[in-house]
Amino acid sequence: MKKMTKVIGICAAAAMVMTTGTAAFAEEGTFTIGAIGPVTGAAAAYGISVMNGAQLAVDEINASGGINGYQVELITADDEHDAEKSVNAYNDLKDKGMQMLLGTVTSAPCIAVEGEALNDNMFLLTPSGSAVDCITGENAFRVCFADPAQGAKSAQFIGEHGLATKIGIIYDSSDPYSTGIMESFVAEADSQGLEVVSNEAFSDNRTDFSAQLNKAKDAEAELVFLPFYYQEAALVLKQASDMGFAPTFFGCDGMDGILTVENFDTSLAEGLMLLTPFTPNAEDEMTQNFVAAYEEAFDGLVPIQFGADAYDGIYAMKAALEDADANPDMSASELCDLMKVSMGNITVEGLTGTITWDPATGEPEKEPKAVVIENGEYVSQD
Amino acid sequence: MRDMGNNTELVKRMRRKTLRGNLLNYVIVLGAYAILQTMVMTGNISSLLKGLLVPLCVYVIAALSLNLVVGISGELSLGHAGFMCVGAYSSAFFSNAVGTALPDILRFILAIFVGAAVAGLFGILIGIPVLRLKGDYLAIVTLAFGEIIKNLLNVLYAGIDSNGLHFSTKSAMDLGMEPTGRQIIKGALGISGTPKNSTFTVGIILILITLMVVQNLINSRAGRAIMSTRDNRIAAESIGIPVTKYKLLAFSISASLAGCAGVLYAHNLATLNTKKFDYNTSILILVFVVLGGIGNLTGSIIAAVILTALPEMLRFLNNYRMLIYAIVLIVIMLFNWAPAALDMRSRLRSRIFKNRGSGNGKEEEQNGNA
Amino acid sequence: MSFLTYLKDGISLGSVYAIIALGYTMVYGIAKMLNFAHGDVIMVGAYVVLMLLTKAGVPGILAVLIAMAVCTVLGITIEKVAYRPLRKASSPLAVLITAIGVSYLLQNIALLLFGADGKTFVDVIKLPSLSFGDGALIISGTTIVTILACIIIMVCLTLFVNKTRQGHAMQAVSEDKDAAQLMGVNVNGTISLTFAIGSALAAIAGVLLCSAYPIVTPYTGAMPGIKAFVAAVFGGIGSIPGAMIGGILLGVIEILSKAYISSQVADAIVFGVLIVVLLVKPTGLFGRNIQEKV
Repeated sequence: MKKMTKVIGICAAAAMVMTTGTAAFAEEGTFTIGAIGPVTGAAAAYGISVMNGAQLAVDEINASGGINGYQVELITADDEHDAEKSVNAYNDLKDKGMQMLLGTVTSAPCIAVEGEALNDNMFLLTPSGSAVDCITGENAFRVCFADPAQGAKSAQFIGEHGLATKIGIIYDSSDPYSTGIMESFVAEADSQGLEVVSNEAFSDNRTDFSAQLNKAKDAEAELVFLPFYYQEAALVLKQASDMGFAPTFFGCDGMDGILTVENFDTSLAEGLMLLTPFTPNAEDEMTQNFVAAYEEAFDGLVPIQFGADAYDGIYAMKAALEDADANPDMSASELCDLMKVSMGNITVEGLTGTITWDPATGEPEKEPKAVVIENGEYVSQD
Repeated sequence: MRDMGNNTELVKRMRRKTLRGNLLNYVIVLGAYAILQTMVMTGNISSLLKGLLVPLCVYVIAALSLNLVVGISGELSLGHAGFMCVGAYSSAFFSNAVGTALPDILRFILAIFVGAAVAGLFGILIGIPVLRLKGDYLAIVTLAFGEIIKNLLNVLYAGIDSNGLHFSTKSAMDLGMEPTGRQIIKGALGISGTPKNSTFTVGIILILITLMVVQNLINSRAGRAIMSTRDNRIAAESIGIPVTKYKLLAFSISASLAGCAGVLYAHNLATLNTKKFDYNTSILILVFVVLGGIGNLTGSIIAAVILTALPEMLRFLNNYRMLIYAIVLIVIMLFNWAPAALDMRSRLRSRIFKNRGSGNGKEEEQNGNA
Repeated sequence: MSFLTYLKDGISLGSVYAIIALGYTMVYGIAKMLNFAHGDVIMVGAYVVLMLLTKAGVPGILAVLIAMAVCTVLGITIEKVAYRPLRKASSPLAVLITAIGVSYLLQNIALLLFGADGKTFVDVIKLPSLSFGDGALIISGTTIVTILACIIIMVCLTLFVNKTRQGHAMQAVSEDKDAAQLMGVNVNGTISLTFAIGSALAAIAGVLLCSAYPIVTPYTGAMPGIKAFVAAVFGGIGSIPGAMIGGILLGVIEILSKAYISSQVADAIVFGVLIVVLLVKPTGLFGRNIQEKV
């Protein structure tokens, strides 16, 4: 008896769980944009930044009359940086009436979601999914640079400016972003006359980099290339300084944000160079307005490049929808057919540069900016 | 686990329960299938739930197979996700390597066999040294093996061209392939582009097969031998039961079934990498087993379904979702396992079903102190 | 000289593992449970110190003491609310799963309170570095303090367990709870005391960990926690010198295999060594081999 009541109780609970949430929430006359990214879990910093940047753009657009006269609604879902959860999040947003997707934020989940979105013919614009496989279908576009582009551009920059010839690399082998950049960097290094003297990975242990740094030091690297995110980079810089190792450090767009790490001793980042499409210290009016609005809306948080990518992504969607003269009554699939053509026609003057898209590949065209950190500020290198 | 035996009455009761549960399990699975499949056919299902169907099958199979080790064999394994990982990788590699050379159905069936066989083989290889250990030491070594598998797959690169297969542990560039060659395993990036063959129906069939294997094993001579080792290893050894052999049998079958779960997982998503299969996933599966009741297959099925669906159903809570999940987990554990809570529940029950209350209460207490 | 540098790094990392492992091993020895939430107590300790230093301007030593107090209270509360009711549960796995729940809970509370962004840890330890052989080997102040703290803690703990009344009570409870109770030992109090000590150590470990690798996130404690757990098993779980030696060996093996074999499979090597050790000595380096009775 006792067992049976338990089983029945659990079955009833299960049935309740299963039957909830079949209704679609889409409002009449509103474009519904979905955004997926990690809001909890170890990669939450990136997801939160994207959600914030996107929300800011949507609020601005709504305040100034919307898209083609229609208001925009942003619905978001958490994927914890997990491919499976990301597909669940995608399905959840579809249930809630999503018409196009800004996301996903991180590469591996993006590849999985892109497979689903291609089947549904759902328009996908990833702000920051930089792995090549993120946008295989013609429904998919991205705002950030693809990994190979960043790696090659970094090598070219170092070669052309004669920064160093002996290069040490530390990369995150568990991250497609980092590995992708490293591979293209190594491939390009030869033709730029660069010699890679040490190439060391880290994966599970994300706190101790002394062994990798020591190898670079022993190999007399003049420049250490750090194609990964700023949180780990902050540790690398600290540990290098502790061991008295002071080469030039060079990072990619993931390095952006290092000056915003709370309590970080910015003197450690002195002389650090990075290639990034966005810097919160840029002088232009647009960036300054964005940073001010972002800080005000989100408790003084300084935006990182992810937020800027998302902001540009929403404006790219707006431009494409306007180019196609679309309205919210169209289905997701109809919108996708229109937008994937329109993406080739538009130019977005965004925070991350002037961007155009190649509709065949979905890749953005924009120029990376190289900056060096001097006195705790970004200084442009061009 | 060490304290679980010693009480023959408890064991007998558990066995009777299992026998009755055998049929019930098939009924539950088929019933759920009938309801959900009808919902899918008639379009009365949310995309979220539809997308969850295959993952639910994956976790049910994983939980059932782990229950074979934890519940029936009485060993604490924290590396179950490692076997899923092996099954997923080997089958995804197979499917990608074969490509369109075989028809979809045949290729997928073969992929399931490949995944199960390779995972089973790893189960034997790992089981031989590991099963000599006991209790928490065994737990930590299984955790270690899970991490080792993950770590080694992270540096594995493989590709295929007209000369056959190429492997490397350094980088994609070291594969030395012809320009027309295809990279299949890309180190830590894993495998992408695996054909999406997993369906709910296949998942249900695999659950039924898993149930059949596990239940038949429990009720066989081997199963009784395994349980006798669990309840008292020394006594079992002294009457001539080859303890290690039977433990190894259960362990490798469990690994092989976990491999099946991995195959299902790999053929459901376009990406596969090892991150998914770390100790957190092993622990998650263990949570299913413990929450559902150690040795209780029905419980494993239900716990796996609810705990997989719960975080998805809590999405409306946004940032508080995982916090609520954690609290629910702690509360359920206290409610289901704490002797005090069990006492209180049996007192409550005896107030409701007055005539049979007292006996139950005593049993419960015994159960608690065993 | 580079070998010495690696060795020093290994000992420093290992010392942190050792302090965490001491907490693990004491709790295991007495409550026979794997406290998976132990790693997250480290994270709490680190956040408390960080907040006190940056937001309240409390001096370093005082901040560490307050953090130890906070973690102690936290540890005792966790034990009382989540673990004690399950002490007599029919399966020891029940409390293990609850510990996992507590671990998720602490991580998600931290996530809501402090956000997901990593916060850089400020210097608590302000000692100059030592330099040998013209800068070829530099030992930072943090490293020196870490290693010293590890040794002092181990000595104090050993003395405490072997020389004091409470220490004897701990040994008695760890040996046989029921018998200890009959002999007049306050079992609940003793277990609470063990959790208190373990959690206070976790706070110290949090400060040292984050001084050496200065970033705090809600997940800071998880991986070191697992590694320390491995270290505790390595040395023989339940043994205080075992946890110490296990932790340091683990750190050294990890750094040396990163340096001389491959940074990518370093963890596989660490775990591989663990497996070999356990196969040769199934209860760890210093574990007691308890003969099972029929």
